[in-house]
Amino acid sequence: MNLIAKRYSVLPGFGLSLGYALFWLGLIVLLPFAALALTASTLGWTAFIEQVSAPRVLASLQLSFGAALIAAAVNALMGFLVAWVLVRYTFPGKRFVDALIDLPFALPTAVAGIALTTIYAPNGWLGRYLEPLGVKVAFTPLGIVVALIFVSLPFVVRTVQPVLEDLEKELEEAATCLGADRWQIFRRVIFPAVLPALLTGSAMAFARATGEFGSVIFIAGNIPLVSEIAPLIIISKLEQFDVAGATAVAVVMLALSFFVLFLINLLQWWTARRHGMK
Amino acid sequence: MQTTESRPVRFALTALTLAFLGVFLVVPLAAVFWEALSKGWDLYAAALVEYEAWQAIKLTLIAAAIAVPLNLVFGVAAAWAIARFDFRGKSLLTTLIDLPFSVSPVVAGLMYVLLFGVNSAIGGWLAAHDIQIIFAVPGIVLATVFVTFPFVARELIPLMQAQGQEEEQAALVLGASGWQTFWRVTLPNVKWGLLYGVILTNARAMGEFGAVSVVSGHIRGETNTIPLHVEILYNEYNFVGAFACASILALLALVTLAVKTYVEWRIERQHTASLIRTQQAREALA
Amino acid sequence: MKKLAVRTLAAVLLSVPALPALADVTLLNVSYDVMRDFYKDYNPAFQKHWKGKTGEAVTIQQSHGGSSKQAMSVVGGLQGDVITMNQAPDINILAERGALVPKDWSKRLANDSVPFTSSTVFLVRKGNPKGIRDWKDLAKPGVQVIVPNPKTSGNGRYSYLAAYGWALKQPGGNDASARAFVGKLFGNAPVLDTGGRAATTTFMQRQIGDVLITFENEAEMVAREFGRGTFEVVYPSLTVSAENPVAVVDKVVDKKGTRKQAEAYLAYLWSPEGQTIAAQNYLRPQDKQVAAKFSAQFPPIKAFRVVDVFGSWDKVMKTHFADGGVFDQIYLKK
Repeated sequence: MNLIAKRYSVLPGFGLSLGYALFWLGLIVLLPFAALALTASTLGWTAFIEQVSAPRVLASLQLSFGAALIAAAVNALMGFLVAWVLVRYTFPGKRFVDALIDLPFALPTAVAGIALTTIYAPNGWLGRYLEPLGVKVAFTPLGIVVALIFVSLPFVVRTVQPVLEDLEKELEEAATCLGADRWQIFRRVIFPAVLPALLTGSAMAFARATGEFGSVIFIAGNIPLVSEIAPLIIISKLEQFDVAGATAVAVVMLALSFFVLFLINLLQWWTARRHGMK
Repeated sequence: MQTTESRPVRFALTALTLAFLGVFLVVPLAAVFWEALSKGWDLYAAALVEYEAWQAIKLTLIAAAIAVPLNLVFGVAAAWAIARFDFRGKSLLTTLIDLPFSVSPVVAGLMYVLLFGVNSAIGGWLAAHDIQIIFAVPGIVLATVFVTFPFVARELIPLMQAQGQEEEQAALVLGASGWQTFWRVTLPNVKWGLLYGVILTNARAMGEFGAVSVVSGHIRGETNTIPLHVEILYNEYNFVGAFACASILALLALVTLAVKTYVEWRIERQHTASLIRTQQAREALA
Repeated sequence: MKKLAVRTLAAVLLSVPALPALADVTLLNVSYDVMRDFYKDYNPAFQKHWKGKTGEAVTIQQSHGGSSKQAMSVVGGLQGDVITMNQAPDINILAERGALVPKDWSKRLANDSVPFTSSTVFLVRKGNPKGIRDWKDLAKPGVQVIVPNPKTSGNGRYSYLAAYGWALKQPGGNDASARAFVGKLFGNAPVLDTGGRAATTTFMQRQIGDVLITFENEAEMVAREFGRGTFEVVYPSLTVSAENPVAVVDKVVDKKGTRKQAEAYLAYLWSPEGQTIAAQNYLRPQDKQVAAKFSAQFPPIKAFRVVDVFGSWDKVMKTHFADGGVFDQIYLKK
């Protein structure tokens, strides 16, 4: 069966570029996945279900995905605001602030984790002021959320920013002429236009945050059922030389990630279609 | 025409944004440098000239120097196939390219150990031929390639889709060969986007911790990258040394970001210039 | 482009595979996290000894990480000539998977291949404000205990076993009472760091908790790094003897032809010089004479061996630390 059917184009290089892309994808991504799936499959179906439905595993998956969801929600709100302010307003040092947004991509996650723990520990820079207020950040699930907000911060800002920049001022001007106030314009004109990008950015932030390990491990506290993240479960299974069990949890995480990413691509497709209809 | 918010609202939103970024970005960055310099410049400098720190810096740069070009070539090929042609399974391919973004780094490392460890078929063959991939430099490079896999492709695909293929078709019609079209038309059009992708790839490649930690073998002065060296120093209660090495990475990140800002500024200018050109062309036609 | 790509790939795969052989012989010692300080002192001593005896220069590379993780790396193909771990299961796994060492590896060297031991002790804040004297004080309400995660750390495992063993030996103690005791103790732990050093950082640097459970030699490291006046060491009435076994990895040394040097490297651990370096690093030496010389820094303690109280390590891992085991039950019951 011919799964890959090329539509007519005058441009050359389809076979070469697609062939190379598939070869490299296979070598770097698919081959390792196969090794993972193969190892997990040695467990057998019942053992696999048993492994991934153990209370600690379930609790950790719930925590990893729950904390990632909260972090993505915070980033959706604040990331939108950041993008808005960076695009629409001017203030001194704007270029510097704009450049700083990508920092979490570049800073090693372990360093981020140590730095955040230094800041939010009860005797840390911010922790000492939060502690008397009864707010504990380091070594609680809240700390995990803070770390995840940090590592996934650039995604929303960077997807929303270009869309806001491209937004046509004429629409807003027209709406103003027709008597709409700023809030109405935001709700009816700006927000619908930005929504697809916002969703895409949040979903990517979410996907990135679910698997995060390095920055979380220092600040999490790692108490079973309370602040133990899914990647830590994988590590502790490896510590017991239970490679198959570790891969079982890894496979579940991968399946969930793949699902989220597939949703992102559907979102993009939906955005493109709406865009096309305009 | 009033198409912006009132002054107090603008001020409040800007203040809120800066406060958020201050707490979540500037404070952690400041903490890294503060801790690194907490015992003075002498200790800071001493931590950086140490033999093992140098080895780690060298290895990190080598890994990035190999991983970045590999992903660059892949990114260009993938973008060419995806942005210039229609074929079935395209969105599946795009999803698969994105997947390394969301795979836990620990899982990424584990996959390579399973694939190349001596107990697998491939690993057994490699061991019989005395080729060491995992727990040696090639393993570190592979893990780095994996975690930075999507960056260039992700940057190029939307850009090339948005630009369309009219210019390339024109070049072909005028008798240029496929390679000539690619080098003279496509590449100049996407060069700044390409550079941005490379910069992000590079930044992430140098900072990767989780995946590299699993495949490195942790041989001191041999297979430790800067992030791993930071962890070692931290575990030796050498906080100044740990944060000093971390600050090197933060500095690399900041330099990278400065280059990126410059690149973006160039893209903007290029964009404006092309707009003006189009405008002039239209006027000339009229 | 394809040709270029293939060439680049070939270059990558072929240029870097073998570790460079710098000196005549290179040994890789795969060890666990906190042994860095000891081997930093020991390696030069051995190199000098070997050079004097045979005229051969030996380069010794060190690899450090979590004990079990390191063992898994060796199983996965990390070319360690010798492996120096903090518990027997981490070397047993080499015999079970891939037959890297014979099953009776521990019989090849003296003292079950354990050159030195340490013990689980308590660190408390200066002046011991909570009045912590023994294990029972750690289970009291309001006491915060800092202990590494037994699932990911050998240090945490020994801490857990010491507490469990103490509870067993109390009048009327049995498995049920011991389980209840460790349950209360870990209920007092606000953080379970993944490693011993991380736990120390939480206790000393972040100033969290009233007591840190760790090894005696680690307490000395804390004193060196954070100053002696900031804490006190408390020896419990009964503790565990943490045994650090070592072994030559047969499959690797036979392939590399380094058996002679690797065996000498480990044997030298039992020499008076090796034992002295251990004692200087606050590891309790096996050599009676060296131990006598350093008796001032090693107060007499009552310590049990894991195999004596729990049977075998195999049983310990299955009953206590496997998924769904006794340790997991502490949290599931809540």
